Amino acid sequence: MALAIAGVLVVAAIVGLPPYPLHIMIVILIWAFTYTGWSLMGRFGLVSLGHGAFMGIGAYVTALLWNYGGLTPWLGIPVALACAVLLAVVVGYPCFRFRITGHYFALVTLALSEVVRQTIIATRDHTGGSLGFTPTPKGNDDTPSIIALQFDEKETWFVIAIVVWLAGLAIWRLVDRSMIRYALDAISEDEDSAAAAGINVTREKLKITMISAVMTALGGALYMQYQLFISPDTVSGIAISLQIVFAVVTGGIFVQLGPTFGAVITLLLAEILRVQIGTDAVGLDNAIYGIALVLFIIFLPKGILGSLIDRFATRRG
Amino acid sequence: MLKVANLVKRFGGFTAVNDVSFEVDQGEIVGLIGPNGSGKSTIFNMLAGTFPPTSGSIRFEGRELAGMMPHRIIHLGIGRTFQIPRPFRRLSILENTAVAGFYGQSHADRAGAWSAARDALDLVGLPTDPDSRVDTLGAAGLKKLELAKALATRPRLLLADESLGGLDDAEMDQAAVMLRRIREEMGITIIWVEHIMGVLMRVVDRVMVLDHGELIAEGAPSGVARDPKVIEVYLGRGADDASEAARRGAGQPA
Ligand SMILES: Nc1ncnc2c1ncn2[C@@H]1O[C@H](COP(=O)(O)OP(=O)(O)OP(=O)(O)O)[C@@H](O)[C@H]1O
Ligand SMILES: [Mg+2]
Repeated sequence: MALAIAGVLVVAAIVGLPPYPLHIMIVILIWAFTYTGWSLMGRFGLVSLGHGAFMGIGAYVTALLWNYGGLTPWLGIPVALACAVLLAVVVGYPCFRFRITGHYFALVTLALSEVVRQTIIATRDHTGGSLGFTPTPKGNDDTPSIIALQFDEKETWFVIAIVVWLAGLAIWRLVDRSMIRYALDAISEDEDSAAAAGINVTREKLKITMISAVMTALGGALYMQYQLFISPDTVSGIAISLQIVFAVVTGGIFVQLGPTFGAVITLLLAEILRVQIGTDAVGLDNAIYGIALVLFIIFLPKGILGSLIDRFATRRG
Repeated sequence: MLKVANLVKRFGGFTAVNDVSFEVDQGEIVGLIGPNGSGKSTIFNMLAGTFPPTSGSIRFEGRELAGMMPHRIIHLGIGRTFQIPRPFRRLSILENTAVAGFYGQSHADRAGAWSAARDALDLVGLPTDPDSRVDTLGAAGLKKLELAKALATRPRLLLADESLGGLDDAEMDQAAVMLRRIREEMGITIIWVEHIMGVLMRVVDRVMVLDHGELIAEGAPSGVARDPKVIEVYLGRGADDASEAARRGAGQPA
C-alpha cells in the first residue's frame, strides 16, 4: 500500500510536477514521518506534548553546528539525534521509573517543549531568538551540495522525503510486529500486571521513547535543511507539539498510514485556509484544528483512516 | 528455598503485615489462609516486588528480594497471580500468555515464548488459538489465564492468590487439582492463598494462618484446623466462613 503510493508519487515527480505541488508534497512527507514517530508512543497511551522539543533540537543543533562549527549535516544530524536521545532519557527515565503516566506525563512533556522553545529564544545571540535562524547557504564558500545537504532541485528533496517517509513506515511496522508491541500494550493497560509478567516497564517505555525522539528530531533536521529557515515557533514549542497530536488523532493513531493521512488532511487544510483567507486568518487553522480534535476524540477516536478501515473490515467480515 | 524474616508492611499508620516470618522448602505446597483483610495479598505483593516491605527480609534461594524491582524477581524464578485477575484486554488470550513467556523468562526467544504460552494454556485448559479474546472468559476462565501467565514465565516458586470466592464447587475442585498437577508434573513449589479453608486443606502439605497481619498458627492441615486460635478466628468472624469451612470438611486429610 505505502509502496504503491510511493511509486505513484515518484512517477508523478519524474513526469514533472510544477514546483508548488511538489513543495507541498515534500513538506507533507517530512511531517508525515515526524507524525509517524510521535504515534509510536501515542498508540501506547504515551501521549507526549513535548515532541516540539525533539524537533527543535534536531533542527537547531544541526544548524548551529553547521554555521558555527562548519560541521556537515551528515555529522551534525547524528549529533543532534544523540542530543534528542539524551533529552528523552533525562526526561523519560524519572517519569517512567516513578510512574508518571497519563495526564501527568502529558503535562511534564508539555513543560519540556516550552523549556526548549524558551532556551532557543533566550540564547538569541547564537540562535537568532524569535526572529529565526538561517543556515549558511552552501554557495558562500563553494561547498558541494551533498556536503551541505542543501539542494536546489525540489526533485532531490522529493526523493529524500519519500525515502525517509518509507523508512518511518518500516519502523512502524517493525515495532508493530515485534514483541515490544505486546509489552507496551500490556504496560499501557496495567503496569503492575505487566511487571508481574516480567516486563521491565521503565526500559520498554524508554526504548520506544528514544525511537520516537530520534525520528522526531530527524524530521526537524530535514525540515530545516529543506526550508533553510527555522524559528522557535515553526520547529518547537507547545504549538508544534499540539499540531503533531491533532494531525495524528485526525488521521488515526493505531494504523500505519494514519499519521500520514493526518498530515495530508491537516497540512492541506492549513494551506487552503492560508491561500483563501490569507493573513487575516492567522491562527484560524489552529482554532479549526482544536475544534476538530475535540470532535474527533468524541466521534471518531480511531481517526479518519482508522474508522474507514474498520468499516471496510466489518463490511467484508 | 524461600526464607521470610520479620516482614512488616504499614500503610500510613495501619499495619497490614506485622512481623511475619516463615520458610518454604523446595517442592512444598503451602497454604496461606486467613480472613478477609488479614494481609495475605499484601505478603504476596511484597514477595513479588509490587511494593517493598516497610522492614524485614525476603531471601529466595539465597538472594535478598526486598526492594528489588518486580520484573527482576520474576526473572529469578517467582511467578505470581493476582487475586482479582488483571489480564491485558487489548491482547488475545494467547498473546497475554506469550508476552509473559517472552519477558518473564530471563533468556527467552520468540519461538520459546510462544511455545511456553501454548504449554501453559494447555495445562490450565484454555484455548491456544491465536484469536480467542479475553472478553469471552468468565470468572473461572480469567483465573485460569492468571495462572497460565504466571506459568509461562517458568517459575520455580508460584505465588497463587486464588481466593476462589466466585467459583462454584466444581470449579474450586478443578482449581485444586490443577495446583496439584503443577506441583507434581512441573516440580513447582507453591504458596496458595485462600481465605476459606475448604478445599485447600485437602491439597496442601502445610498451612499457615494469618490474622490481622500476624501468623497465628502453622502446621499440618489436620492439626491447624483443630487449633483453638484458628477456630476462634473462623468462628468469630461471621457465620459464612465457619459454615463454609465445616461444609467442605476442613481438616480432612488428603
Ligand atoms: N495499597 C494499600 N493501601 C492501603 N491499605 C491497603 C493496601 N493494600 C491493602 N491494604 C489493607 O491491608 C489490609 C490487608 O489487605 P490484603 O489485601 O493483604 O488482605 P487479604 O488477606 O488478601 O484479604 P482477602 O482475603 O480479602 O483477599 C486490608 O485492611 C487492606 O485494606
Ligand atoms: Mg487478598
